[in-house]
Amino acid sequence: MRFLKRFYLGLIFLFLYAPILILMVFSFNDSKSRGNWGGFTLRWYAELFRDREIMSALYYTIVIAILSALIATAIGMVAALGIHNMNRFGKGLVINITYLPMLNPDIVTGISLMILFVFVNMERGFISLLIAHITFNIPYVIFSIMPKLKQMNQHLYEAALDLGATPFYAFRKVILPEIMPGVITGLIFAFTLSIDDFVISYFTTGAGVSNLSIVIHSMARRGINPTINALSTLMFITVLLLLIIVNKRTANNSGKENVI
Amino acid sequence: MKQKLNAKLSLLVIVFTLLVLLLTACGQSDRVTLKVFNWGDYMDTSIIADFEKEYNIKVIYSTFATNEDMYVSLKSGGNSYDVAFPSDYMISRMINEDMLHTIDMNNIPNYKYIDDKFKNLPFDSNNEYSVPYLWGTLGIVYNKTMVDDPVDSWEILWNEKYSKQILMLDSQRDSIGITLKMLGYSMNTKEEDQLEEAKQKLIEQKPLVLAYVGDEVKDKMVGGEAALAVVWSGDAVAMKWENPDLEYVIPKEGSNLWFDSAVIPKSSKHKKEAEMFINYLSEPEVAFRNTDYIGYSTPNKETMGMLDQELIEDSTAYPSDAEIENCEVFEDLSDTLQIYDRIWTEIKSS
Repeated sequence: MRFLKRFYLGLIFLFLYAPILILMVFSFNDSKSRGNWGGFTLRWYAELFRDREIMSALYYTIVIAILSALIATAIGMVAALGIHNMNRFGKGLVINITYLPMLNPDIVTGISLMILFVFVNMERGFISLLIAHITFNIPYVIFSIMPKLKQMNQHLYEAALDLGATPFYAFRKVILPEIMPGVITGLIFAFTLSIDDFVISYFTTGAGVSNLSIVIHSMARRGINPTINALSTLMFITVLLLLIIVNKRTANNSGKENVI
Repeated sequence: MKQKLNAKLSLLVIVFTLLVLLLTACGQSDRVTLKVFNWGDYMDTSIIADFEKEYNIKVIYSTFATNEDMYVSLKSGGNSYDVAFPSDYMISRMINEDMLHTIDMNNIPNYKYIDDKFKNLPFDSNNEYSVPYLWGTLGIVYNKTMVDDPVDSWEILWNEKYSKQILMLDSQRDSIGITLKMLGYSMNTKEEDQLEEAKQKLIEQKPLVLAYVGDEVKDKMVGGEAALAVVWSGDAVAMKWENPDLEYVIPKEGSNLWFDSAVIPKSSKHKKEAEMFINYLSEPEVAFRNTDYIGYSTPNKETMGMLDQELIEDSTAYPSDAEIENCEVFEDLSDTLQIYDRIWTEIKSS
């Protein structure tokens, strides 16, 4: 039984990580083809940093992800507070309206945003891409904060006001710490969704502003350049290291609490 | 908590200064910015940096995956590309829809280097709208160790001996086109009964086909997973280099001859600079760097002189006039394209 458990787990990890492993191995392949092993090389890593198209795509992907996640979290947090304090009917209505964009296929969101930008005669580029990303991120932020607000004891806020706190002070000192886990989840959620997105970005971006998914997609005709393998490897390792650091820190923290 | 809040506030400040910087950076420079729209991985990008230095023009470079993607981007408005690189049939469609500026060839002195073979092409018969960038053919690549029949006709793709060893392109115009060629018709036919005949042929062939593929054809052929495949000549050059057992032929019935050419869309705000860029790309030295990086064939006479003798003599990249005699350039099919769509769906779902 124990063997079966281990085997099953191993199988899951194999399917999840085998493709990534192969991609990493082929980032060191001294041949543009994936059908041929041409020997070990670091050439694609050197070329990666010289390739200005990929570099600028990486820059835009990260800047858009950070900005859109932060702005969407700010807007989403305020929206969640507002929705939480609505009456029953209004709440149900607004929550359903917020659900819609999440259920909509990306392509519908993408095309309608594109038509909107063309309609208001706005040149598509960085700003339109950012607005689009903020737009599709907001519902996810709202829905990760709402449960936290529901869990919170309503009277805490009132008690703070009774004790002389201004509403803003009470928000900062009472509500925000309570809903912080939801805010962080929303922020990370928005960040990942933004990095991942292809369809909506594709329709809302303009000349010179492409994120990584668009650049990779446009390589379809000539075949994916192995520099992409190199880039993916670096990104994977960065994320892995970050995860390890974060886990270590939380492990240390809980260890300390136990001692106390 | 207070410290945390301060950290957050400063983060916000940083973000907004970043935003402001980004916004102003776009408006400040008085250099002309040229927006170039090209196929993915289809230019040696160091050329762009050199052009920027030499002419003091800033270039914004974007890429697309298919002609149709590019068409939609330009047609939907809201962006202003100055130079784009569509293929033959898309150029005629764009000319018909009045989407292109005429190019003043007086501003493109390097046009004289373009081989006369590649002037007055059917999609731009008076050389008013386009300057050829790269070109190639469509043909069969086969593995010499796996195929013992002579490969000189499209019919080999219907030979049952090679069942499940044939790779076809997942591209309706190319796959239907070669079938039409095999049947002795034009690749640009609009006759419904001819198309119907081609459809029957392709349905007949389907059990023999291992897969309908895109760019993964290269890896599969290099790895010896199939014996025969329909590919573009530029990819065939790269494949032969990886695996010497592979050989490329243009079947005797003729095939498709394709061009990607530089054009100036109507949305361009800097026609003069766009012409400077196109002229720069046609400089023999620059064209050489591009063809060397991409591996596709150049239409530039002078550049051909700089290439390895071996490559010039290899008929994969530079076929003789006799070999391309029966080849046709794709034309815009306008409404007939719907029939192609229907036929292709029927084949794929049969």
